[in-house]
Amino acid sequence: MSTSKSTAPNRPLSPFMIGPYYKPQLTSMLSITHRLTGMGLAGGTLLLAGWLIALASGPQAYAAYAGHIGAWYGQILLLGFSWALLYHLCNGIRHLFWDIGMGLEVDAAYRSGYAVIAVSAALTVVVWLFACLT
Amino acid sequence: MNLRSPLGQARGLGSAKDGTHHFWVQRVSAVALIPLSLWFVFSVANLAGADYEQVRWWVGYPAVAVTLVLFIAAALYHSMLGVQVVIEDYVGNEAAKITALLLSKFLHLVVAVASIFAVLKVALA
Repeated sequence: MSTSKSTAPNRPLSPFMIGPYYKPQLTSMLSITHRLTGMGLAGGTLLLAGWLIALASGPQAYAAYAGHIGAWYGQILLLGFSWALLYHLCNGIRHLFWDIGMGLEVDAAYRSGYAVIAVSAALTVVVWLFACLT
Repeated sequence: MNLRSPLGQARGLGSAKDGTHHFWVQRVSAVALIPLSLWFVFSVANLAGADYEQVRWWVGYPAVAVTLVLFIAAALYHSMLGVQVVIEDYVGNEAAKITALLLSKFLHLVVAVASIFAVLKVALA
């Protein structure tokens, strides 16, 4: 942590994960994506709050918000937010299975990992189709 | 048998303090968020193309307002816990870490209260 002039021997530190020392694997890539989507969703709560506050503030405020969301950058943000949510949801369920001790074997983890990618992508498509068709 | 060094013991390092509680409530909020998030995502998708009055009517619907409030509370609580872990992982400097943790907690609280207030304002109007 901070400076410590301890008399303990200088023990080796594990190398930084991203770099030449660790081969990227499905497990580690999905794990960091889970963290990244989590942080993205945390920021995305501001989008949600903005929407609700605009709704409560009156028609002009709401029209301004809707204008930004409807623009190309708003739609990209919305797509990213929806995919992040669905990915984090699917991988979160994968984590919950691990928490009760299921699926921790390497082959099971890989299979569930591919399933998470497929299902989150499929759900994103379903949600957006649903939005466009209603 | 205590594996802590005397210095570690004196500094009070080594324990996750209330780590078990954090672990548990993170999972509880996660489970709650499975149905709540799916409901939220599909509800918002359904609202695509709706105008101001339609959205207000939807939020004003009591069952919707209640579920929205529950979703906001669960999501922001879960988010606060998750962000805490990330800060603890990456911020080494003790002062910066505590500052970041406090900021995160307060920001999450502000966003939660503001969002819930907005929902209630629309629903009770």
